[in-house]
Amino acid sequence: MREVAVIAFAQTEHTDHDEGLTDFELIHPVIQEVKERSGLSRFGFTCSGSCDYLAGAPFSFVSALDALGAWPPISESHVEMDAAWALYEAWVRLQHGDVDTALVYGFGKSSMGDLRAIMTLQLDPYYLAPLGLDQVSFAALQANAYGAGRAELDEIVRRSRADGRNNPRALDLDDPSGEEFEVEPLRPYDVAPITDGAAAIVLAAGDLARELAERPAWITGIAHRIEPHYLGMRDLTRSPSAEAAGRAAGVGKGPVDVAELHAQFSHEELILREALELPAETVVNPSGGPLAANPVMATGLIRIGEAASRILDGGAGRTVAHATSGPCLQHNLVTVLEA
Amino acid sequence: MPSEPLVAEHALEFPGGYTRTTGPVIGRFLTELRDGRIVGVRTAEGRVLVPPLEYEPETGEPVTGDYVEVGPAGTVMSWAWVESPRKGHPLDRPFAWALIKLDGADTALVHAVGADAAKAMRPGLRVRPRWKPEADRVGHITDISCFVPEVTAMVAHIRMEYRVRPGRSLSRFLEGVRDGVFLAGRCTHCDKVYVPFRTSCPECGSAISEEVELPDTGTVTTFAINNLPDPRAPQVPFVSAYILLDGADVPMIALVGDVPAHEVRQGMRVKAVWAPPEERTLSMANIRWFAPTGEPDVEL
Repeated sequence: MREVAVIAFAQTEHTDHDEGLTDFELIHPVIQEVKERSGLSRFGFTCSGSCDYLAGAPFSFVSALDALGAWPPISESHVEMDAAWALYEAWVRLQHGDVDTALVYGFGKSSMGDLRAIMTLQLDPYYLAPLGLDQVSFAALQANAYGAGRAELDEIVRRSRADGRNNPRALDLDDPSGEEFEVEPLRPYDVAPITDGAAAIVLAAGDLARELAERPAWITGIAHRIEPHYLGMRDLTRSPSAEAAGRAAGVGKGPVDVAELHAQFSHEELILREALELPAETVVNPSGGPLAANPVMATGLIRIGEAASRILDGGAGRTVAHATSGPCLQHNLVTVLEA
Repeated sequence: MPSEPLVAEHALEFPGGYTRTTGPVIGRFLTELRDGRIVGVRTAEGRVLVPPLEYEPETGEPVTGDYVEVGPAGTVMSWAWVESPRKGHPLDRPFAWALIKLDGADTALVHAVGADAAKAMRPGLRVRPRWKPEADRVGHITDISCFVPEVTAMVAHIRMEYRVRPGRSLSRFLEGVRDGVFLAGRCTHCDKVYVPFRTSCPECGSAISEEVELPDTGTVTTFAINNLPDPRAPQVPFVSAYILLDGADVPMIALVGDVPAHEVRQGMRVKAVWAPPEERTLSMANIRWFAPTGEPDVEL
């Protein structure tokens, strides 16, 4: 495998409302920021992750290319997924050996529509979408199947929001309170907040990474695995695909100082901790995680960016980032980063 | 002067709906649904997938052409309760989403369960489909309106009517109550005073002939705070108490009023609050309740 590292990461100050920016205006500052941090202005490969349904317009990601400076023509690709998968594609592209740098970015404005209903559209169109099964409802089915304790969930939300308040990029959310249910057994605060935001990462290979960064965050393992889509065909009490991806990425081959988990519902953190067999001493989501800021389509990439930042800034030696896609943790990508 | 932010309403829609072909496997399932049947498909390993998929999810092998009728009853494996249905949800009243393992299936179907309340839901709950009328079924997952719990209980309405007379002891006591006094009976053998008045001693069995008039004051010996409404009670919560009338050896049950429920206590001194004389009948309703007198509490 060719050595590839994260050498720069930037994200917006995420908001819980529409700032009135177009996608292009939202991502432009973070692209500028990673260009400055990496010292690069052109990249061997560029890949983005976004979802046209968030904007309600086909090929909406194309207009976002205006933020890049795509002339003369650049080598570019896009995934209709969280940008963590764009990073995976870029990592694979760098394995070819003919280019040494890649720019990866993701963005999403959940404020424009009804995210719970938009996520219904990702479901199988024959058996699930016609029922109107929404995002919080299918998550609640998993929460109930797993049987998480209320006190444990409350503590996850409390910790995430407290960490989020200390993270200038995340939202300022109060400690969880209230007895009402969103969809029982989930309370409104168990659900990641509606968020607008964007993030970008620069990858570099081999010696170029050593040259451009003082302490590159080397990707020593990266793998993704998927489960059947239909909820009734799966064991919702666990995440076998996250387990398999974690094993393939080599999570257990060393200590894990920090894990950034793409848990958009509090119970998902419990399922993921078990699936990745994280030791008790691992610090989970010190950024606040998705429960403190969830710019959909960038949230998974931010997990990799946050986990890499802990290495870039010298605070950690070995970190794990997780990203997910599909209903009830159907598809999971695990990245191991080392100094 | 700052201008209002410019906002436009925007809808993404396929006018008339988007037509999808089903393929043979999903098409068979939806066709059977239209006919009011639920089928699964058998995999090469012999598992029955409901709803049918074209491939066995674990091996990727094509499924067999063997369709098996399942259900219609099934068992709830997991559920989530929707208190406030959203636009697009299958029911417009509170309901549960559920994973339902239909009888004869090896996998669970996701659908709605029409239950009265979240507490009616539990893993293991047995449910059956509630079908749309045949003429309205088109071959769609919503041809089943929802699932509903199997019948496990029924309500029996029983009402018998009687004419009841109070008996001699109680009649005598009620005559006293009509006249504003509490009549008690004293057993000369045991030297015990019983109120309400009775004609025999419950302790020794001897006949009681001696009537005693007791005052309408007494002491609370024990009490209960009632949170369910009662037509005889002034409000909810209300207090029913055992009151030991002065001079009696056994307490009498009555309401306590004119005092917040949480202030009632054992040993509290109380006095009867009577209905005005012109309203009195042969009834305990003559005593509205007992109210605190304000005297110091009594050691019981």
